[in-house]
Amino acid sequence: MTTVAAFEIDHTQFLDPQGEAVKALPPFAADTAALVAMYRAMVLTRAFDAKAIALQRTGKIGTFASALGQEAVGVGVASAMEGDDVLVPSYRDHAAQFVRGVSMVESLLYWGGDERGSNFAGPRQDLANCVPIGTQVPHAAGAAYAFKLRREPRVAVCLLGDGGTSRGDFYEAMNMAGVWRLPLVIVINNNQWAISVPRHLQSAAQTLAQKAIAAGVEGRQVDGNDVIAVRQTVGQALDKARSGGGPTLIEAMTYRLGDHTTADDASRYRDAESVREQWTFEPNLRLRRYLARIGAWDKEREDALQRDCAAEVNAAVDAYFALPPPTCDAMFDHLYQTLPDALEAQREEARKFAPKGEPQ
Amino acid sequence: MAEINLVEAVNLALARELARDPSVVLLGEDIGVNGGVFRATVGLQARFGPERVIDTPLAEASIAGVAVGMAVAGLRPVAEIQFTGFIYPTLDQIINHAGRIRHRTRGRLACPLVLRSPAGAGIHAPEHHSESPEALFAHVPGVRMVIPSSPARAYGLLLAAIRDPDPVVFFEPTRLYRLYRQAVEDNGEALPLDVCFVVREGGDVTLVSWGAMLQDTLAAADALARDGVSAEVIDVATLKPLDLPTILESVAKTGRCVIVHEAARTSGFGAEIAAGLAEQGLTSLLAPVQRVTGYDVVVPLPRLEPQYLPSVARIVAAARKALEYA
Repeated sequence: MTTVAAFEIDHTQFLDPQGEAVKALPPFAADTAALVAMYRAMVLTRAFDAKAIALQRTGKIGTFASALGQEAVGVGVASAMEGDDVLVPSYRDHAAQFVRGVSMVESLLYWGGDERGSNFAGPRQDLANCVPIGTQVPHAAGAAYAFKLRREPRVAVCLLGDGGTSRGDFYEAMNMAGVWRLPLVIVINNNQWAISVPRHLQSAAQTLAQKAIAAGVEGRQVDGNDVIAVRQTVGQALDKARSGGGPTLIEAMTYRLGDHTTADDASRYRDAESVREQWTFEPNLRLRRYLARIGAWDKEREDALQRDCAAEVNAAVDAYFALPPPTCDAMFDHLYQTLPDALEAQREEARKFAPKGEPQ
Repeated sequence: MAEINLVEAVNLALARELARDPSVVLLGEDIGVNGGVFRATVGLQARFGPERVIDTPLAEASIAGVAVGMAVAGLRPVAEIQFTGFIYPTLDQIINHAGRIRHRTRGRLACPLVLRSPAGAGIHAPEHHSESPEALFAHVPGVRMVIPSSPARAYGLLLAAIRDPDPVVFFEPTRLYRLYRQAVEDNGEALPLDVCFVVREGGDVTLVSWGAMLQDTLAAADALARDGVSAEVIDVATLKPLDLPTILESVAKTGRCVIVHEAARTSGFGAEIAAGLAEQGLTSLLAPVQRVTGYDVVVPLPRLEPQYLPSVARIVAAARKALEYA
């Protein structure tokens, strides 16, 4: 017998759950202000999540998917990206989106049931939230192909969940990216749950990162609760992609501390004890502990940050409530670049039956 | 002016757009080195390079999905699905993404892709190589559905499809690929994507069809003419958006309408046209609308194919039935 192929998957961690560095930190971590900025983004995401859930419970927005416990994945990914890279998110990636410049008002609009929420004023070329699981991975590959064809030093970064890696789209797109050596970074937010289905029922593979190997793509695993590790690993993959080295798959190991969405009740399928245990690994506390260790953080600064974030979220909620409702015509206005004549009569019908007093 | 067949017209249009617009790329299975299983892309990779005429791995869902990403990022991808029997995995991308992206981002992003596929029966092909699923795509908001019926129409409509700022599904009738030649001037002039073409004028009955069935419909019009019946023939060409006014105008003149398509009848696109006539043309109608279609059965393997496809005799019989009403 001859071994014709063998593989290893590396795992990157810099901070342990106590916020202690387990090895020398990457150069960017010497910039305390950069770490504080990431911490702020993580705290802001958590404050937004709590408010959004409250708004859903009181009927002010629709179903909402919280990122609780996974803040380091989104913030680490987006902090590593350049402005003109393109983010191709799932629907649980507002942590990354806020760092990219999507506003909280836009996120509230989206979850409040209004397409204006995907008309980002900031990152104009980032794709909108993708709901059909895993179907966004080929979009990221296609965007990466465009960058490569035009010789632009840009990278497409795709986020998906562990459940998404069971879909053909994920594998097909990664396979194409391998063949074409595309500037693509795929990050799996492995939060261990696809609604009620746990990771071990999703795949018998030892790691999800190794799914890259079959496509001839580099696969790496990272502690997804360690924002320094996420940023560093994604940053390395981005550098590689930008210099023509091709795609990378990164599996970020984290945990969904909340329900799948506000329409879900996770207590039906997982016990409280295991969730309690996972709280000891959560990412925000870990970075805060590290910042405190190096003397860059204390209770006073923490209290001020919490107050700031709450105020920022409240201001976004106020701005969201102050927006006029969408117009009836909006259903038709952007369906095609120019509305075909065949749809004029339907637009007229919708206008005629629109609630009185609503803007058209 | 060169006389070319339909598949050569497709090739000509693709070559012209590749030369005109550097953002146009082709992708699909076997389209590069091999020039496509029907030779629609022959010579294009040699001329425009493997970066722009891309042989893809065998993965239809992601051929469509990658095309969506390319289009959103500013390219003009023209994706080929080798046969319509293999197009169904693309429905997810076409329905959930291509048709929605402009709308769901309020115009921030657009998806100007073309999904080409050889379609239809009548060439004695194997299983899953003879389907006509145009009604599936015509049902999708935000998407255009186009089927040419001649070399000239294939050339002009494909130019228009590639230049259109929104997603277009473009079916090429395999039966017409090499059936006949026609003078087609390579002048870069696109045809409109929202009008039906009146291909023959007549006063007694309106025959409405598209794609390969237009040949049989025209033959039926010839047969009717020999008996003194003057049939007007309309090539729908752009099923979505549908140019119902042209059909209504014709029926206002003839009072009778026969709709011919080779896809199965139930929920076939003929039903949409018939419904439009019932809603907006009822007072013009002197006879019930007739449909001559494929039966509501699985498209048979080649030995029974001729009995499945609407024949000239069936079209003539339907027209005669419509003419029986005083």
